[in-house]
Amino acid sequence: MSPLRFHNNEGELKSRVVERRHLLEVSLLPWIRNKCLRIRSRHLVTCLQSPANHRSPDLHTHTHTDTQNVTTDRETPAAVTIVTEGGTAELRAVPSADRTNQTAESPIDRHNTPETPGRDTHTRSEANVSLSCCSRVSVMLQLPLLVTAQVDLVLVLVSVLGLWTRLSRLGCPNNVVFDEVYYGQFVSLYMKRVFFIDDSGPPLGHMILALGAYLGGFDGNLVWNRIGAEYPSSVSVWSLRLLPALCGALCVPLLYLLTLELNFSHLAALGAALLLLLENSLIVQSRFMLLESVLIFFVLLAFFSYLRFHNSPNSSWWRFSWLLVSGASCAAAIGVKYMGVFSYLLLLGVASLHTWNLIGDRTVSHLSVCVQCVCRCVCLLVVPVLLYLFWFYVHLSLLNRSGPHDQLMSSAFQASLQGGLSRITQGQPLEVAYGSQVTLRSSASQPIPCWLHSHKANYPIRYENGRGSSHQQQVTCYPFKDVNNWWIIKDPGRQELAVGSPPRPVRHGDVVQLVHGMTSRFLNSHDVAAPMSPYAQEVSGYIDFNVSMATQNLWRVDISDREAESEVWKTILSEVRLVHVNTSAVLKLSGVSLPDWGFRQLEVVAEKLFQSYSSSLIWTVEEHRYGTSQEQKEREAELHSPTHIDVDRKISFWAKFLEVQWKMLTVKQEDSEHKYSSSPLEWITMETNIAYWLHSSTNAQIHLIGNPVSWGVANLSLLAYQLLAAVYLLRRRRGFKDLPEGVWGQFECLGCVCVGGWLVNFLPFLLMEKTLFLYHYLPALCFLYLLSPALLEHTHTHLLSSVTQRRTLCVCASAVTLLVFLSYRTFCPLTYGSPELSANQLQGLKWRDTWDILYRRR
Amino acid sequence: MAREECVAQWSKTGDTSTLRNRKPFPASEQTLLTPSGRGSSGGDTQSSNGTSAQFSSRGRSSHAPPGGGVPLLMLVAGLSFSTRLHKITEPPHVCWDETHFGKMGSFYINRTFFFDVHPPLGKMLIGLAGYMSGYDGTFPFVKPGDKYDHHNYWGMRGLCAVLGSFLPIFAYLIVLELSRSHIAALITATLLIFDTGCITISQYILLDPILMFFIMAAVLSMVKFNQQKHRPFNASWWLWLVLTGINLAGALGVKFVGLFVIFLVGLNTVWDLWRLLGDLSLLLVDIAKHLLARVVGLILLPLFLYITIFAIHFVVLNKSGPGDGFFSSAFQSRLIGNNLHNASMPEYLAYGSTITVKNLRIAGGYLHSHWHLYPEGVGSRQQQVTSYLHKDYNNLWLVHRPDSNESQSGTPDLVRHGDIIRLEHKETTRNLHSHLQEAPLTKKHFQVTGYGINGTGDANDLWQVEVCGGRRGDLVKVLRSKVRFLHRATGCVLYSSGKTLPKWGWEQVEVTCSPYLKETPSSQWNIEDHINPKLPNISLSVLKPHFLEILLESHIVMIRGNSGLKPKDNEMNSKPWHWPLNYQGLRFSGVNETEYRVYLLGNPVLWWTNLACLGLYLIMVAVASIALQRGFPLGPKRMEHCHVLMGGGGLLLLGWMLHYAPFYVMGRVLYYHHYFPAMLFSSMLTGITLDILLKSTDLLLCPPYSDWLQRVGQMVLLLAVLYSFYLFHPLSYGMTGPLAHEPGSSMAGLKWMDSWEF
Repeated sequence: MSPLRFHNNEGELKSRVVERRHLLEVSLLPWIRNKCLRIRSRHLVTCLQSPANHRSPDLHTHTHTDTQNVTTDRETPAAVTIVTEGGTAELRAVPSADRTNQTAESPIDRHNTPETPGRDTHTRSEANVSLSCCSRVSVMLQLPLLVTAQVDLVLVLVSVLGLWTRLSRLGCPNNVVFDEVYYGQFVSLYMKRVFFIDDSGPPLGHMILALGAYLGGFDGNLVWNRIGAEYPSSVSVWSLRLLPALCGALCVPLLYLLTLELNFSHLAALGAALLLLLENSLIVQSRFMLLESVLIFFVLLAFFSYLRFHNSPNSSWWRFSWLLVSGASCAAAIGVKYMGVFSYLLLLGVASLHTWNLIGDRTVSHLSVCVQCVCRCVCLLVVPVLLYLFWFYVHLSLLNRSGPHDQLMSSAFQASLQGGLSRITQGQPLEVAYGSQVTLRSSASQPIPCWLHSHKANYPIRYENGRGSSHQQQVTCYPFKDVNNWWIIKDPGRQELAVGSPPRPVRHGDVVQLVHGMTSRFLNSHDVAAPMSPYAQEVSGYIDFNVSMATQNLWRVDISDREAESEVWKTILSEVRLVHVNTSAVLKLSGVSLPDWGFRQLEVVAEKLFQSYSSSLIWTVEEHRYGTSQEQKEREAELHSPTHIDVDRKISFWAKFLEVQWKMLTVKQEDSEHKYSSSPLEWITMETNIAYWLHSSTNAQIHLIGNPVSWGVANLSLLAYQLLAAVYLLRRRRGFKDLPEGVWGQFECLGCVCVGGWLVNFLPFLLMEKTLFLYHYLPALCFLYLLSPALLEHTHTHLLSSVTQRRTLCVCASAVTLLVFLSYRTFCPLTYGSPELSANQLQGLKWRDTWDILYRRR
Repeated sequence: MAREECVAQWSKTGDTSTLRNRKPFPASEQTLLTPSGRGSSGGDTQSSNGTSAQFSSRGRSSHAPPGGGVPLLMLVAGLSFSTRLHKITEPPHVCWDETHFGKMGSFYINRTFFFDVHPPLGKMLIGLAGYMSGYDGTFPFVKPGDKYDHHNYWGMRGLCAVLGSFLPIFAYLIVLELSRSHIAALITATLLIFDTGCITISQYILLDPILMFFIMAAVLSMVKFNQQKHRPFNASWWLWLVLTGINLAGALGVKFVGLFVIFLVGLNTVWDLWRLLGDLSLLLVDIAKHLLARVVGLILLPLFLYITIFAIHFVVLNKSGPGDGFFSSAFQSRLIGNNLHNASMPEYLAYGSTITVKNLRIAGGYLHSHWHLYPEGVGSRQQQVTSYLHKDYNNLWLVHRPDSNESQSGTPDLVRHGDIIRLEHKETTRNLHSHLQEAPLTKKHFQVTGYGINGTGDANDLWQVEVCGGRRGDLVKVLRSKVRFLHRATGCVLYSSGKTLPKWGWEQVEVTCSPYLKETPSSQWNIEDHINPKLPNISLSVLKPHFLEILLESHIVMIRGNSGLKPKDNEMNSKPWHWPLNYQGLRFSGVNETEYRVYLLGNPVLWWTNLACLGLYLIMVAVASIALQRGFPLGPKRMEHCHVLMGGGGLLLLGWMLHYAPFYVMGRVLYYHHYFPAMLFSSMLTGITLDILLKSTDLLLCPPYSDWLQRVGQMVLLLAVLYSFYLFHPLSYGMTGPLAHEPGSSMAGLKWMDSWEF
């Protein structure tokens, strides 16, 4: 379908307004005029029929369809035509009533006979007051080249307003606001290319923030330590906040377009856009370096492009590009926050429903069905997965230096980063041999690492609870690098502690002894209860007290990630279990910290009946060198000297990805309640707010508080939809078809997207145990804003029959819009942080007792 | 159109009746005669209701079990009972959770009140079985491994084993109803009879066999009820409806897991009602009748029974016991032997009294303090104040005037509404104190600590007493007044948040001072014990709580208790994804080589077959539904398979998911045996899936060979089950001697997964 234009030979311009769905489209028609005319007149016919065809194939058979068509048409009243001819422009406004009539006379309207004449006048009168505007700019150059452009001025208007509300004075306040302190540190780390891991979400969101900072020339040299700290003048705050604000602003036109894709009118679309535009909480959330607005943008984009795909005619293959966009935005949404997964699942659900209908459509050939299914799978399943991997690829290739979170990662991962562990371990010999000096790191002790350790102190003869011990030398796990962490691998059959030449590597299944480097005690275990975990065996450095307690210091090396039976024990890479030969217990970090006599280090035990794979049983060699000295003194000197030699060890992207992903999902931060955290049920009624920023000396402050009126409207429409849907469903089941099929389909689709979108973005929080905030509700809220005007239009068109009722509804709707605007204005000072309000004014804004508004005592 | 086709197909099936074990039946005539059956598919979309109509016509026409059923059923029952009752008394010592449930059985026999996180029916049945079999309730059940000696424990175990023996029988009948195929039913029964896990879990004093008995009985009666749908409101229709309701009450009465089967029945009922609603030949009055019947049979009746169970529970247990502290003062006054039963103490709160203060929130604890400080980083490092559910000396507080000069002589002054008091902890002599520091967990509240020594503290130790609904000058009644303590300096109110403190706080409940002054039970307290030698003791009749109040309170206490069962940090706990894989079992008894060891682990061959069949089922259903949706021509036999798969199989799959998926979102500690109800559904699904898979062999081969293949498949399956049972039976019937990874063991070479611990 191409835009409709009609020219006659004299260049005189006649315009027809047709319901426009492709809002900005330029058609370039380099034809000579005659040809042009002919082609276009053919298009005219198709176009005139197209609105109905386009919506749903069977629509034009019902009278209600016409009603709807009229409804949509009458909102395009004040068309402005700009004719540019040879550089001169002429502006001509066509009387709107005229055009409405013209539209009403379109071929479809022939079915419109049962409608009362009163309805027509009503239509017209409303059209006159309508704000909506659709204009067409046609630029006619000298001769055959002809450019036709159609611009939806309303769309332009809401976009501009969106940009204005979100972007104006973006640099104010010039302080670190709320979670900027959290995301800022990651942006800094990106600038310095230092590796970090953040369990709050995948890296795309952070990367987008970092991109903004990069474009603004931010160098990452800023300590993010305190909310309210002032940005130095070298930092362009504006650029840090630009991208989230832009995303937030684009959500407004996107919601407008999404409403249109749901087959509702421009007026409803305008309503949705206005609700979003005037939502204080969204403005606040967009204007700072935070991720919610980016998430919302991608989620809305995904739904918009999917519906665009679905609404396009089946014949065009071009529509699959929309599906591709949809898949990509899903991947982006998940890449920003994990919450995006649920929206993605909803979209997949809707898509599979549509695909299922396609499969059932027996008019389509088998081949075509297969091809279409494959295309959909590729666009909605394969592409998102690949893109998701791609975000990590970019993330990991950007961050190649070691940093504060290294300790969370495995030794192998750390060694792949520049600096950090790799500086120490670079060039260590790979294969552990008899005589090797090693440090053994436990895999379990997250997030702090610890190494197998011993020191010149014995277990107390009796513990606090009266139980006895072996009184032998303590063996612990120690979370700091220390010379006492060194152990020497010894062959039980030989005496020497140096590596022979050539080195004899230790293999899986070999029996070894472990000698503590500094004290020369053997790692030993026996049937004595461990100090803190009495069900397990004690592990000690063996001292012979001549009390008939025999040495039991043989350990079998069990490489758990081996590929072959005779696998060699490798530095960093091998995950090793040390099995005690006499008792077949396994060396284990119990995770309990010892009391004062054990210097609060972590307890190490040997436990029988091992439970297959548990990371507390796994040890890896981290630092490693071949011992050369036989004498104790020399060896001590050797242990004190740093290790070095040079080899580069790389692990694949896939291994790195899996590790990072796993860590992100499993690392648990201590979740304590935050002063402004809230429970999900409080969000619906907005019982809670969040103070984002308070001026260091005055009462100027920024709060995350939603627009209470819009919030109420959203809740009401949610309830209304559910009631209405229940009534419709029950009545349909009993055979009363209140709505024609097309309208029913539209109503269903609205419910799937809006109520479904609200559910998937809200319900999961009820089950989450992490600290939650009001801003988590914003994505769900956007779907309700989409729902409200659409539902209003549905009520107007299909539920109310008399003119008075409709008028009342219109008046109510306008009044509510006004109220929304007023309450937006009222809360503006708390949204933008200026102007400063007095304590009394602030008190006046405390509409709910549970809101926490700050007053500075003077 | 669709309806007629379907009827035509059915008449064909009925005539040819190629399926074994099925008598030809006069299906077509009956179908054509009953108008209600037709209406069900009329006027509706073909995809949704066409299926159910076809399904129903088949079900109705063959509602009598196909021939040859009785001997098979006897065989299943015989095998089932013999496997479960074999060596029932071994080992003669307490195994695993017998220590809890056996003990609770004893409590019923002794009529001692106790607290448990599960509803009482299961334990009542255990107690009853013990009582009937001559157990006197004297065995202490202290810890696993204790020898029973002369105590009669076999009755309690026997009850569980008998109820457990019904599971294969019920499964057999359910599958028979759903698939009309004896082969499918036999496969299911075989899987369950020879599963070592099912045998083990049925042989001990546990709630699970009782729970599963009710679950399966409920499903069976639901399925039977579904078959009656074309003769509504006749005797057997009512019978199965009422039976479903009774069994639902039973399932819920044993464990809250019973809720899952209630969901299953609920969904089935909703679907059924939806179908009736779409049947335009029924009047709205008829539909209302249907609805009402279901409300009565499936909601009101179970509710009534459930409440009755609790009524019996409260009537039987009338003596004070270990669970008292979990309940409110009013509740405790019901129990003989409790200090609040016919309590006698000074009536009004006075200065110088020793008191205990209990929070009014349901399952709220006593105000408590002890010789431990808040750790570093949690507010200021002062003494902890918590709320504690057990009765303890550390719950005692002294009531003082702010200036601490008590009038030594005469009767002490009484505390009045609005008075400023100081509460001194009796054991540690610290004052109840609050200040402007964040509370440890509820960051919006202030911290409450114990401060000062021997009663000297500071201005932050002063609290104003406020009787809810009282006026200035009112006296504070012990036990009956709801009291709030307002902190003088900050204006906050003493509050118990209900959140459990971490290890440093001994997992007691947090106490804070809330700046929000709304009256909630969390900020209201009552004075429970009151000791003042200078005042006369008066016999107080505490308001006896209403039965519904007790019911509500005991439920909230149970739910709190359940969610309080958090996994400990260091303990290896079982994850839901372990279960279908049979990844790790549970040690019921014995660790060492010398001990008699029993290990709860499903027969791996069966469990892995179940797992594979779940996947297979999904594939088969996908293929079948795409074929139907695309309208490929399928023969009548294939159509029937499709409908069994999608109808009966769908129901079982739903049952499996409902009994399995919720565990993924549960915060409480989980064990392997939680999977067993789901495993029953999975086995039934396996029966149907394998049966249809084997019957579809004719897709590959021509008739005589395909029959042979089918037979061979069935024989292989049977032999595999029997052989694996032979291999793994020591898991349930007990092993002694060396552990499995040593060569001399009877289980040598059978430790197929490292995670198995036998």
